[in-house]
Amino acid sequence: MRAPTEGIWAAAWRRLRRDKVGMAALAVVLLFLLMVGLASAGLIASDWQQERGVSYAPPTFMGPAERDEANGLPVPKGPNVDLGDIDPLAPQYKAWAERAATYEHAEAEKATTLPFGADLQGRDVLAKAVQGAKVSVLVGVLAAVVATIIGTVLGALAGFFGGKVGDLLEWVYNVFTSIPGILLIFAFAAVAGRGTQSVVLILGFAGWTGIYRLVRAEFLKHSVREYVRAAEAIGASTTSRMFRHILPNISHVLLVQLSVHVVGFIKAEVILSYLGLGVAVDEVSWGTMLAEAQTELIQGYWWQLAAATLFMAVFVTAFSLFTDALRDALDPKLRGLE
Amino acid sequence: MLLSIQDLHVAFRVGKEQGTVIRTEAVGRGEVGVSLDVPENTTVALVGESGSGKSVTAMSVLNLLPDNAERRGRIAFQGRDLLQASLSELQALRGRDIACVFQDPMSSLNPVFTVGRQVSEPLRKHLGLSARQALARAEALLEEVGLPEPKRRLSNHPHELSGGQQQRVMIAMALACEPKLLIADEPTTALDVTIQRQILELLARLKEKHRMSMLFISHDLGVVGEIADEVVVMRHGTVRERGPVARIFCDPQDAYTRALLACRPSLQQGARLMAIDDLPSAKAVTPLPKDPAAPVVLQVEGLTKSFWLRHGVFGRREFKAVKGASFTLRRGHTIGVVGESGSGKTTMGLALLRLHEPHSGPEGGRVTFDGHDLLTLSPRDMLPMRRRIQVVFQNPYASLNPRFAIGRTLVEPMAIHHIGASDAEREDRARALLQRVGLDDSAMNKYPHEFSGGQRQRVAIARCLTLNPDVLVLDEAVSALDVSVQAQVLNLLKDLQDELGLAYVFISHDLAVVRFMADEVMVMKDGDVVEQAPVSQVLHHPQQDYTRRLLAAIPRGYVPQ
Repeated sequence: MRAPTEGIWAAAWRRLRRDKVGMAALAVVLLFLLMVGLASAGLIASDWQQERGVSYAPPTFMGPAERDEANGLPVPKGPNVDLGDIDPLAPQYKAWAERAATYEHAEAEKATTLPFGADLQGRDVLAKAVQGAKVSVLVGVLAAVVATIIGTVLGALAGFFGGKVGDLLEWVYNVFTSIPGILLIFAFAAVAGRGTQSVVLILGFAGWTGIYRLVRAEFLKHSVREYVRAAEAIGASTTSRMFRHILPNISHVLLVQLSVHVVGFIKAEVILSYLGLGVAVDEVSWGTMLAEAQTELIQGYWWQLAAATLFMAVFVTAFSLFTDALRDALDPKLRGLE
Repeated sequence: MLLSIQDLHVAFRVGKEQGTVIRTEAVGRGEVGVSLDVPENTTVALVGESGSGKSVTAMSVLNLLPDNAERRGRIAFQGRDLLQASLSELQALRGRDIACVFQDPMSSLNPVFTVGRQVSEPLRKHLGLSARQALARAEALLEEVGLPEPKRRLSNHPHELSGGQQQRVMIAMALACEPKLLIADEPTTALDVTIQRQILELLARLKEKHRMSMLFISHDLGVVGEIADEVVVMRHGTVRERGPVARIFCDPQDAYTRALLACRPSLQQGARLMAIDDLPSAKAVTPLPKDPAAPVVLQVEGLTKSFWLRHGVFGRREFKAVKGASFTLRRGHTIGVVGESGSGKTTMGLALLRLHEPHSGPEGGRVTFDGHDLLTLSPRDMLPMRRRIQVVFQNPYASLNPRFAIGRTLVEPMAIHHIGASDAEREDRARALLQRVGLDDSAMNKYPHEFSGGQRQRVAIARCLTLNPDVLVLDEAVSALDVSVQAQVLNLLKDLQDELGLAYVFISHDLAVVRFMADEVMVMKDGDVVEQAPVSQVLHHPQQDYTRRLLAAIPRGYVPQ
């Protein structure tokens, strides 16, 4: 008879489970996260740096590339010309050949095709894309989370308290936005150095301003609403009013911003890596793959570009659809429209 | 017959489910449609509560409905069927033969255009006047609707006018082309009573002068009784009763009309309101006599509240919103605070609870509650006081957190103040209180938007009761509710007061409601307390001019000549 009152998240999960698109998107996002987890643990694609195939081996379905010899110089017929009488090293050749035969020499057989092709060094593009997901997803999601947290906390403080606190934060915001974004990123990058962690922090610290502005406006609007006054009247603390009462009511703004920023930061990592400020040279990300792809494309080797784009497109789309579904699930008003 | 609506049905497409379009019926139910006639030179009033379909009926005449509306039936205006009319034909009619005045003048006028430009627009469009002629005509119109200094007003923007003046501008626009029919959709609902009186008199005068007809939409029977010649009572999208105003008021045939007339608190009526759908047993309760020597719970002396207004770049100027209010409130008693908008009554109520932002401006005076001055307590010492003095806000749609289920809304205050040992105990208490205010258990897991306004206000009252308060500040707590729901909530508040000995600070713009609730009345104007006396004295022997004006402005309903 008595149903315990369910919390916001329990109710949201119940609503989300009924959203087919949302659940499919969640499954894709979880698959990506699983892939990232496995790659980080070294269980898959750990050998991405091995030369698995010949240089620019095409994807399997295209079949092996025609040999270069076929359309190179014609091979001369007949035996080689004997230069023994003028070659001063000629007497040594026989002894060297015998000595060489005593060494064991195993050249791995290089595949002529790979599932998704190979790059210049003959590395498997699929393994690269999987390994690249580790860096890109981590950078995109973590940097967006960092930016959202900074933007939300500062925006909430500025919007809720106003006055001196608000003025100070507005001043900080103005300073940050007065510097062109790319310069700001360079400045942070110069201090932080290279590496995945640095990229996360750089993008997070440089990218919170837009979220701050929106959250501040929402808090300004909501903090004078009657339900917040009512919460104050029952004695709810300031923190409780800010983060338990108002925050759920503006979660739609945060979720949309989060998903927009994930996409933006994955792209920003591309630029940083391209400029040599991003991930270390011995790491791979979707960004470095795209940077390599531009020279390859001219030569007709399109598969590295395709792999990076495909992975990025699937992840970004699934992530956006999932945050959309989550936003709907968090809004109790939309329940009637199911 | 000027306008004849026959068997009108209006439905809104709200979505699609498995290939079939879902519609909600706004006007007409099943096979029963809405029919009404507006003869020449007559005011027909459309009365009903929210959701009765009265506005949709009126807006479908000129097809001012959203795109997802589907209309069928017949709307004949001077013999032409408007349902079949093309958009260009309708546009030629709009503002020319049929004009509209809407509820909220603030949002019906375009804020970026001057008054002159807006009033002259229909003149240039429909009558083909030149800009100069149109402005001269606009000035004459503004003069006719009683706007002071019409020439200067032409170059004003809407925000420079008061609400009543804005509504006059709207009426001037509507009259610009001397329409044959004026559709007035709750034209006075957003206005103060004294302004409402002026606008009603203006409309009646203009209708006589221009010999036009008026379709007057209102929820307020008091207003309707004064202005209408014929009344159509609507409920749930159908017409319940129609007839001449005298018959509707003196000899109502329909049970709903009778209930609607009975549930409105008037200045004469007894101690309990009849409510539509009220429980029969509830009517038998007799009010307990008030004990004049009951202990004092709240003592307010010279309460003032100011706001800082920005002045120049760095300067600020003090605006005194409340200029000294004093009263003594005893257990089980009610003090009514009456005033028009801007009188400072809500500011005073919130100042009692210290719900204003600390840097908004200084407060002064003393609010003594249980031996403490609430205005000087630190936030930590204020917390236990918060439990005992609670507030119910005007707008039940805004005062509940839309993301909290009702159960959570009710449990939270108890958890903050450590009432009840466990969450299970608190939930039991919340259920008991929901039943007390007339809602059932299933409400616990629902969200505010699933309830009607009256039900939400009950939840808000239950939230206050979770804390066992001594004093309840009711800030226009029933103003946003339909009359029948208003009656239920007022009865509930009275019962709770008798049962729990609550003391109320009852803030309202509506003198009739205050008379019903209060023992003592405080009349406020521009931050000053104009008059303060027991309720019968204020009503029957008002000392001040302003109080007399306020009393005279209350719509009287139908008075047989």
